[in-house]
Amino acid sequence: MIRNMTSMQRVVTTLGHHEPDRVPFFLLPALQGARELGLPIRKYFSRPEYVTEGQCRLQAKFGHDCLYAFYHAALETEAWGGEIIFRDDGPPNAGLPPISDIEDILHLTPPRIEDSPGLLRVLETIRQLAARTQGEIPIIGVAMSPFSLPVMQLGFEAYLLLLHERRDLLNHLLSLNEAFCVAWANAQCAAGANAICYFDPVSSSTIIPRSLYLETGFPCARRMLARIPAAVAIHLASGCGLPIVDELAATGAAMIGVSSSEDLAEYKQVCQGKIGLLGNLNGITMRRWTPAEAEAAVKDCIAKAGIGGGFVLADNHGEIPWQVPDDVLFAIAEAARRWGRYPLDWVATAGGV
Amino acid sequence: MSATLDEFESALLALDRVRVSELLDAVAANQTPLLAVESLIRPALERIGKLWEDNRCALSQVYMSGRICEEMVDVLLGPAATTPRVAPGNARLALAVLDDYHLLGKQIVRAVLRAAGWPVLDYGRQSVAELVARTCADEIDILMISTLMLPSALQVREVTTQLRELSPRTQIVVGGAPFRFDPELWKEVGADAMGMNAAEAVAIVQRLSGGAS
Repeated sequence: MIRNMTSMQRVVTTLGHHEPDRVPFFLLPALQGARELGLPIRKYFSRPEYVTEGQCRLQAKFGHDCLYAFYHAALETEAWGGEIIFRDDGPPNAGLPPISDIEDILHLTPPRIEDSPGLLRVLETIRQLAARTQGEIPIIGVAMSPFSLPVMQLGFEAYLLLLHERRDLLNHLLSLNEAFCVAWANAQCAAGANAICYFDPVSSSTIIPRSLYLETGFPCARRMLARIPAAVAIHLASGCGLPIVDELAATGAAMIGVSSSEDLAEYKQVCQGKIGLLGNLNGITMRRWTPAEAEAAVKDCIAKAGIGGGFVLADNHGEIPWQVPDDVLFAIAEAARRWGRYPLDWVATAGGV
Repeated sequence: MSATLDEFESALLALDRVRVSELLDAVAANQTPLLAVESLIRPALERIGKLWEDNRCALSQVYMSGRICEEMVDVLLGPAATTPRVAPGNARLALAVLDDYHLLGKQIVRAVLRAAGWPVLDYGRQSVAELVARTCADEIDILMISTLMLPSALQVREVTTQLRELSPRTQIVVGGAPFRFDPELWKEVGADAMGMNAAEAVAIVQRLSGGAS
């Protein structure tokens, strides 16, 4: 084993289900670059140079093993005609859904990436990050699942009704969204993204039953992942996935984002050697952790999922809340370096999992 | 009744409107409509809420069950807008989403309360200032606030602080993802109670109003 791997070597090794030098750590601070640069969040996302600089400074500060090119989920909805609502203390949010009448779905056309200024800023950010890192640190892009995007396109309530009562319109919307998703994910890969995080919370067992997932979100994910030329992490954004874990593995994904409300050890039993795990620090309680609590949470995750590789330490939602203090992030990063060093002999000594 | 309740719950989870209606009609034929609501709809929705909390059913089933029951209650008791009903202790209830366009949680709570036969003022999406003003003007006894994002959940502190001053009668109940992921958060923002799932709203209203339905 290489004694001190680059972040890229570390991540590739663990995704191959081997033990690297230490457990990789993905800090996913989409917003905190604004704080680093002393900019309001809205201004921070207005220029790719700001986001590039912010992400690079954060990586240098906390030493995590990725660069996160994600801006915010509302950016994709904006491309479809939606509005973005900015705030000073959290992620920009999608405003009123752009589709107010479900019959309008029949007249929609997918937006073109080249006509969407917000998406072009993300692509430029990825290009700049790739130029700076020279392949040593994985760059993570993000694409919303075509099956989950309708929550922002239609509103959650209207989407659930569509899902249950208008399968004809659902299938039409999915076909449009799939064309967009493939184009968007591929554009990010072409710009230099090494992996795509495919956010698909609606597919989680928190939101729909397994039987409905098998008819809808699962075939959609299989179609999408077959057309994305990079490693893909399916992230259920805090939603539960254990009831569908076999299907998640069968999508072709390299990793699953695990909710903090589920047991990493249970996932590890099912997923070992088949699909990697990403998670599952609780991003909400993290806000008021002491350094000792941060260390205990990191140790717990590593003990449950670290042995044998196939594990990346991260939060459970795919985004660190703005309110989490830097002291907590430093404590997490330090604990990851201290307790994540392979071989994880301390796990067996401590009675591990 | 237990077997009927089991079957009613199963029919709701399967979104089988026809079977739901048949079972409800059979129970309503032998008792008052309100008792039918109390003995069948309310416990079934409470069970389904608990199932969701335990990761044993999905939010889509919770939402669709509430929606179906809301329709059934309107048929049994008459539309909420025209039929005078009262919540326990004559409490005036209101419901809002704080500063967010994700309204699903609020809609589910509304459906559950209406399915329990109680009127609730639905304020929709509100800013802090709007919510405080309306709560005071309507002399609300129990205000239920749904949030999805952490910043919105933290903003509840501004609502509770202002209402303690301007409307001490108002008790505040919170719910939504941030509160589920951090069970201590509701205390931090000064709320009086937190619901882990929408169906808990019924029991919480009863407890806070100090009355039985």
